[in-house]
Amino acid sequence: MSKSLITSLSLAAVLVAASSLPACEKASAGATFAPASVERGRYLTVALGCADCHTPWHVGPNGPEPDASRGLSGHPAELVMPPAPELPEGPWLVSAAATNTAWAGPWGVSFTSNLTPDVETGIGSWSEDTFLASLRTGKHLGMGRPILPPMPWPGIGRLTDDDLRAIFAYLKSQPAVSNRVPEPLPPRG
Amino acid sequence: MKACRPSLRGLALAALALASCAPDAAPPAPAPDELPAHLADTGLYADATLRDVAPDVWPYDPQYPLWTDGATKRRWIHVPAGSAIDATDPEAWVFPAGTRLWKEFALGRRLETRYMEKRADGSWLRASYVWSDDGGDAVLAPAGGVAHLAEVAPGVPYDVPGRADCATCHSRGDGVLGFDALQLSAERDPLAPHANAGVPAGQDLAAFVARGLVRGLPADLLARPPRIPARTPRERAALGYLDTHCGSCHRDDGPLAGLGLTLGAELRDRDGDHPPRALVTTVGRPSRFRPPGAPSCEARIEPGAPELSTLVERMATRDPLRQMPPLGTHLVDVDALHLIETWIREDLEPTP
Repeated sequence: MSKSLITSLSLAAVLVAASSLPACEKASAGATFAPASVERGRYLTVALGCADCHTPWHVGPNGPEPDASRGLSGHPAELVMPPAPELPEGPWLVSAAATNTAWAGPWGVSFTSNLTPDVETGIGSWSEDTFLASLRTGKHLGMGRPILPPMPWPGIGRLTDDDLRAIFAYLKSQPAVSNRVPEPLPPRG
Repeated sequence: MKACRPSLRGLALAALALASCAPDAAPPAPAPDELPAHLADTGLYADATLRDVAPDVWPYDPQYPLWTDGATKRRWIHVPAGSAIDATDPEAWVFPAGTRLWKEFALGRRLETRYMEKRADGSWLRASYVWSDDGGDAVLAPAGGVAHLAEVAPGVPYDVPGRADCATCHSRGDGVLGFDALQLSAERDPLAPHANAGVPAGQDLAAFVARGLVRGLPADLLARPPRIPARTPRERAALGYLDTHCGSCHRDDGPLAGLGLTLGAELRDRDGDHPPRALVTTVGRPSRFRPPGAPSCEARIEPGAPELSTLVERMATRDPLRQMPPLGTHLVDVDALHLIETWIREDLEPTP
């Protein structure tokens, strides 16, 4: 659903804004994991399409594509979204930003999280247990607010502990990107 | 139970439900024979009238009770004969296998009784029992809970939580909340919101020790019943409230340890020689919670300015994406909010 939505939306304004944002990559916190686990995590992260939403899209040489300089860093903090469009009564339910990182629906507006190991704005301070608890329970940090659509945690949360640990190892091995994703917004009215 | 209205909020909840309540996502169900179908079979009551509790079941009354939208509560504990709670570490009691606890919630009539029992392997079995309208029976609630069982105010639902939700809060120490040295202390806090005045007879720490249910408690805690060290009576009550409502998740260990936010009370430093972690990790410390449009560096607690304190902001909303605690309430605890706001405004020195 995500990619077809992207192509159905007006890309220009938001993509221009996103592509002009500065990349804030910095060194990882230095965590080390077994190479086999990291590789398994890379395979799962790619196969599950995590970057489809957690990496912002921009206009590249070949058209819209994930912005590799912001890999897995979530919705760009500098990209302040205008109010989501009000949809008419009917079967349309969801609106998505051209970056694929902001989603509006009956639950409000959700912004994809920064999954890089930045300590202040990403998962750098998370433990493996926190990561597993989040995906098993569907709660932010494993015990807070609900994790919102379209994050498909019920399916991902059924992976084995080893697979989830491998994804965590891969994510923690990526370059840290300082990007403070905004908190979700409640539904209108 | 009422049907959902086709409102925006209903749609939102439906969307959340689609995302979060897929049958395969439910926690593993306990074996069928582990949970009795009726509350009457859990050992709480002396007989089928469901009024008098069994002789080996003891009532208790925490001094800092949890706010649940104004529901009134009664609580009981059973510890198997011949065993006892290990209270050697005053902040981490260990309960023996077979321990059972019940908490009854009422709004005019009994609504539900939550139940937990410690298995032989050290894990906890948790469930809730929903009362019939006439109070003649209470039956096991579905694993996913019951939405809108009653109303706490016109249009405001009372929900029975799902079993997976229990573990969210019952994650501190051995998983028991409200039954510890501070909560049972005879040194009651007169400013604690929603607390009963005084300790009911036979329900304080010394009584449970005398009964043999609690063993190993450091003698000092009996000679000098525990109380939260604080600079003012209002601060003592504020820290007690935060301990109960926030401290089970926001602690130095567990999934949220990385936040560096600790809101539990401490008994090891009984004389308050060191500033409490609940102050060190909040007062003047920047919050990571930053809704769109909010100041870039709001503090968890801004001394002298509750209106600039994230802690107050999150207590004062019941938007489910922002409220704290995240579970269990649809109404703001107005009395507690007033206490916390006044404490921050009057008792904490503004930053120069």
